[in-house]
Amino acid sequence: MIATLIQRAVVQGIPLLFGSTGEILTEKSGNLNLGIPGIMYVGGISGVIGAFLYENSLATPEDANGFLAISIPLLCSILGSLIMGLIYCFLTVTLRANQNVTGLAMTTFGVGFGNFFGGSLIKLVDSDVPSITLTTTSNYFRTTLPFAESTGWFGKIFLSYGFLAYAAIIIALGCSFFLNRTRGGLHLRAVGENPATADAAGISVEKSKYLATCIGSVIAGFGGLYYVMDYANGVWSNDGFGDRGWLAIALVIFAIWKPKSGILGSILFGGLYIIYLFIPGLALRTQELFKMLPYVVTIVVLIIVSIRNKKENQGPQSLGLSYFREER
Amino acid sequence: MAEALALELKGITKTFGSVVANKDVDLKVYKGEILSILGENGSGKTTLMNMVSGIYYPDSGEILVDGKNVVISSPKDAFAYKIGMIHQHFKLVDVFTATQNIVLGIKDGKYSIKAVEKRVREITEKYGFNIDLNKKIYEMSVSEKQTVEIIKVLYRGADILILDEPTAVLTPQETRKLFDILRKMKKDGKSIIIITHKLHEVLDISDRVTILRKGEYVGTVETKDATESSLTEMMMGEKVELNITREEPENLTERLVVENLTVIKSDGTLALDNVKFNAYGGEILGVAGISGCGQKELLESIAGLQVTTKKSSILYKPDDLGPQQLVGKTPREIRKLGVALSFVPEDRLGMGLVGNMDIIDNMMLRSYKSGRGSFLNRKQPKSLATEIIENLEVVTPSASTPVRRLSGGNVQKVLVGREISSAPKVLMVAYPVRGLDINSSYTIYNLLSEQKKNGTSIIFVGEDLDVLLELCDRIMVINSGRITGIVDGRTATKEEIGLLMTKSVEREENNE
Repeated sequence: MIATLIQRAVVQGIPLLFGSTGEILTEKSGNLNLGIPGIMYVGGISGVIGAFLYENSLATPEDANGFLAISIPLLCSILGSLIMGLIYCFLTVTLRANQNVTGLAMTTFGVGFGNFFGGSLIKLVDSDVPSITLTTTSNYFRTTLPFAESTGWFGKIFLSYGFLAYAAIIIALGCSFFLNRTRGGLHLRAVGENPATADAAGISVEKSKYLATCIGSVIAGFGGLYYVMDYANGVWSNDGFGDRGWLAIALVIFAIWKPKSGILGSILFGGLYIIYLFIPGLALRTQELFKMLPYVVTIVVLIIVSIRNKKENQGPQSLGLSYFREER
Repeated sequence: MAEALALELKGITKTFGSVVANKDVDLKVYKGEILSILGENGSGKTTLMNMVSGIYYPDSGEILVDGKNVVISSPKDAFAYKIGMIHQHFKLVDVFTATQNIVLGIKDGKYSIKAVEKRVREITEKYGFNIDLNKKIYEMSVSEKQTVEIIKVLYRGADILILDEPTAVLTPQETRKLFDILRKMKKDGKSIIIITHKLHEVLDISDRVTILRKGEYVGTVETKDATESSLTEMMMGEKVELNITREEPENLTERLVVENLTVIKSDGTLALDNVKFNAYGGEILGVAGISGCGQKELLESIAGLQVTTKKSSILYKPDDLGPQQLVGKTPREIRKLGVALSFVPEDRLGMGLVGNMDIIDNMMLRSYKSGRGSFLNRKQPKSLATEIIENLEVVTPSASTPVRRLSGGNVQKVLVGREISSAPKVLMVAYPVRGLDINSSYTIYNLLSEQKKNGTSIIFVGEDLDVLLELCDRIMVINSGRITGIVDGRTATKEEIGLLMTKSVEREENNE
């Protein structure tokens, strides 16, 4: 029971971890990208389109090549979220549009984009349920280590996931190392804290923002890809992704902008998100109350952080602000 | 006197829109010398140096480094020519440590904080800096931040250092320490340019002085041939008598008795800690202290704008009424009793004046409640506005020009003039001359002296200790929210006040 809960919590948490790691990297450059839910959505649907085209090109599912089955959706997902990140950067960094408005627009756009192409694909296969199923590619994404089954609870908690789950944790640890231990990380944080200072020190503010936001978007997009291909067993249905994107942004605050804390935070959020399934005798209404828990926890963390008033635990100082060098 | 030229500017001109910031300026800096650039606010000192350090690009003219013509179009270029500037507003990342700030932006070599620290230590030992490299910037005092900025520039190998008003925020002791370090650098062969408008500092530290006036080059003199009055004359373009008339205070009457005044900031720390003092009618009480030590809270408490703790007591003793407790009264009631606050914050329009309204309307902000009925009476404020414009020589097209369009000095005159015009019994002014040219500053000083003669009790918060010593009868030193001493303005020395300004901070550090 406990092992199952933890395992389910991890599976729920991985999309959030991808999203929050991507958003932390983005926010460290001073860009508050509220387009993350849309970008994750696009990351998911782009992978689905890739997988769909690949599966359709096969004569029989047995012809599938493991390498192609994984790399085609992966590349499509990267391309989709990268374009979203570029649009966001072009609007906010180059044209200096308001970041909040741009981000919200990107979310609306991303969800619409996903539902449009999702709907089109469903129409194409003429299915009787409003979803498409990509079992062949999904199976490759969900491949676990062969001995995971035989190691009891240990295997269930630690070894029962597809490769993207491990990638999420490695990427989060990598981000943490990059931000705290490398020159590039120092420069990126300087840009997010005080772009004028970074600029005077010879760091290109625009380049840093573009790079961090685009890479962050790609990482977040993996969250969408993981959700469809692994968590949902390759089944895409419109709006199935739910509010996970917003949870990922809440997780950024919960983790106080530390990718490492994001790892544990994502599992906690995942657990809170599904805890209602483990409490017997809940009505549909009360289930929704339980789904609120992650947000309640986020608000509590926000209160604690602002009471403690420690500068290190706040978001980057110039988060959400555009930078003009010419301003006098 | 060294002989080799380190930096030379020829015919530099820079305009912002229709405003000419620099016009045909020449400048020479030799190796191993300290050059002061002297000029009033708005004379183009900072703009000129910003062109050398790559912030701005000149419209015309040449910059020569070591005799070679160079193009400096970014701070990076400036560093490549070994030029480093320490700006008045520090460019530091608050949540980073000193070391992290120093290494920021340097891209060569392996990234290792330890190696950087070792090199920084070499620099600090060589010139005698005293700094904790692992301290975060937001925990630092202004002087420490400045030290980080200087080390940052030295770490990049600068041979020409430009300091923009480096002493504006320092206590006399800190200033002396800084000057010692600068002299060591000079001995080491570095060229140092100091931008300032403080004459005595110019005479103290520099070898030569270059004077700018209204963006134009006036001349360069050897410091040993210069005197305060000769420099002032070059700066102003005319001979001016700069004296503050300070008469012996007469008919002292107790106006304010402040006791146990305590203010708690939102983060739980004390902004004011058991402040106790008296203020008398007929005297100017100066308030000295490092900025942010509670000056603002002190004045605001008296004016009724701050929430104070229950024990606090501010007794006001007008002639016609019995003693009045000001704690718990609204700002309007306090003003009605004759206690006026003329606060000139860093952002002049931030408090007291509304930028988009004209001078007349701004006069009415104080009197709008006194009229009868719901219609506004514009006659009185209008005559008041005209009076202020005439008496204080406010430069404005008319009394109905929006205040926002006036220059900083003129805005200040309007603000101070309005507060004085209400004939208050207690007048509190904070930084009334910030950003003003010398002439207007002295106009305001003498206005205050006049008020004192009329029996007003004046509380004057200032930053320039020389002025405080010339103007005030008593000087109260505030330090981290505590009063560390009240000295006589006629006998006290700058050193004495400086010591009081830093004393208790040092005590706290020892406790930790």
